[in-house]
Amino acid sequence: MAIRQDTILTASATKRDSWTSIVAKDWRKHWKIYMMIIPVLVYYFVWCYGPMYGILIAFKEFSPRKGIWGSSFVGLRHFKDFFASPFAFRVIRNTIMINFWNLVFGFPLPIVFALLLNEVRNRLYKRTVQTITYMPYFISLVVICGMIVDFTASDGVIGEIIKFFGGTPTNLLADPKYFRAIYVISDLWQKLGWDSIIFLSALAAINVELYEAATIDGAGKLRQVFHVTLPGIMPTIAILLVLRIGAMMSLGFEKIILLYNGLTYETADVISSYVYRKGIEESNFGFSTAVGLFNSVINFVLVVFANWASGKMTETSLW
Amino acid sequence: MNKLSTGEKIFRVFNYLLLFAICVVTLYPLWHVAMASISDPLIVYAKRGFYFYPAGEITLRGYKLVLDNPNIISGFLNTLFYVVVGTSISMFLTILGAYVLSRKGLYWNNLIMKIIVFTMYFHGGLIPFYLMVKNMGLLDSRWSIILPIAVNTWNLIIMRTAFAGIPESLVESAKLDGASDWRIVWVIMVPLAQATVAVIALFYAVRMWNEWFNPSIFLSSKDKYPIQLLLREILLQNDTKSMTQLSAVGQSQQESYRLLVKYCTIMVATLPILFVYPFLQRYFIQGVMIGSVKG
Repeated sequence: MAIRQDTILTASATKRDSWTSIVAKDWRKHWKIYMMIIPVLVYYFVWCYGPMYGILIAFKEFSPRKGIWGSSFVGLRHFKDFFASPFAFRVIRNTIMINFWNLVFGFPLPIVFALLLNEVRNRLYKRTVQTITYMPYFISLVVICGMIVDFTASDGVIGEIIKFFGGTPTNLLADPKYFRAIYVISDLWQKLGWDSIIFLSALAAINVELYEAATIDGAGKLRQVFHVTLPGIMPTIAILLVLRIGAMMSLGFEKIILLYNGLTYETADVISSYVYRKGIEESNFGFSTAVGLFNSVINFVLVVFANWASGKMTETSLW
Repeated sequence: MNKLSTGEKIFRVFNYLLLFAICVVTLYPLWHVAMASISDPLIVYAKRGFYFYPAGEITLRGYKLVLDNPNIISGFLNTLFYVVVGTSISMFLTILGAYVLSRKGLYWNNLIMKIIVFTMYFHGGLIPFYLMVKNMGLLDSRWSIILPIAVNTWNLIIMRTAFAGIPESLVESAKLDGASDWRIVWVIMVPLAQATVAVIALFYAVRMWNEWFNPSIFLSSKDKYPIQLLLREILLQNDTKSMTQLSAVGQSQQESYRLLVKYCTIMVATLPILFVYPFLQRYFIQGVMIGSVKG
């Protein structure tokens, strides 16, 4: 109580003060606290805003000798080069397609998995299934990719299965036809359990009385799923979907770099892996910064959308 | 009351079987690697296929070769350094930042928060980031792995929410007792927000453990490589130089040991995590919850 009164008092007192005196008073009172956040601000300015300044080279012919500011200005040339090249279409298409398929399988299946798990009455069995299916999430990406390479080799486990069904096994990672499937399926293997956690907790939060009421009204199990369970976790589903869309441009790029090769660029090369190849491997700094900027702008739009949408949804779901 | 219709019974059986199948599919790849890693190297070399049990005579030679490899040892030590030092620095900065931003009535907090949150929307991209590290003179330095990713905005926001939830009266009374803000952070905030602090530390540690991309573009000397980057060379790039231990085997056998060594390497890199994981599972799940509440 005392604190609240105090803040009200200072607030009304400062109304009359000029901006400079507010700032000066604030500084005198709080300068010790502000000192504590300086290292954090330095971090953000150097490692987040510093690179933003570096975006300038997207419009320049970058030469390391002349530096970011001194390099000669070329306007939109890099952007024109990119969009005129056949690669632009390819990498944009691949970015959309890999994300699309990953969303189609990777988003609903953990929900289904959570629903199935929720029906298990035996505690121990449920626990065991959870512990096992969460496990792959903790294996590092590099190891996962090492295992993928091994399993998809022509004499690997998957090749063995293909042979059993009368096919001829090939090295699947060398065939552009299969890259997206390998990507999506291995992602599912790694994250199915883990991604279901959040839905499981949403399921646990549904009021049991709703089920009892539905049973009294004569609703069977299946109808309960559609009329009680799914509506109950709909807000969670909606928000996670939106967040996932917001993170699209930044997902999966490391895995792609670990798994793709010259043979599969056709379906595997996405915008960010293209930026990596052009910039880091071929030292084409100006050009790849331009492509990266294109990526960042799309990312910006998606995140703004996701934030706006989730804000809207939490509002409506809460009231 | 608990009468089940036939349909429900069928569903129940089907459900248990399906979940069992999912567990088998989840576990098989790990089982496969474990079994192959103790199999006869010549059989493994001749044919990958399925491994439900070890083929041929059980041998631990592959493990000996992996653990005798000085690269693997130095990779583990480097990773240990990156995880311990990196997590400490990250936690230090995140806790300080979160404390300041959780205080009410600070004139600049709003602006600072906006500056920080904006970086979640927009970033400079890979090449400018790389050039920044280069211009700071950090290429091929251990600090290039730690400093550029020291603060994670998401973690900072989660921590701030946790600190903001601590009763103001505790802070006030500590101040009356003459405690400085610095002391309040470590004596009141951190112990009271223990659960969140633990979860965030875990997040930072896991991220550092998995880190391979930044090291791959920033580091050039192998003695600074974290374990993941060495794993990449061994598992994905078939780099024979990273497998120097193979020279311990005769020239003729080198080729046949290569696959076995890969399996053993996977085991060595994964087993520590899988052993710790059941004990930490609770914290991770907690972390997912905390993160989603914020989202």
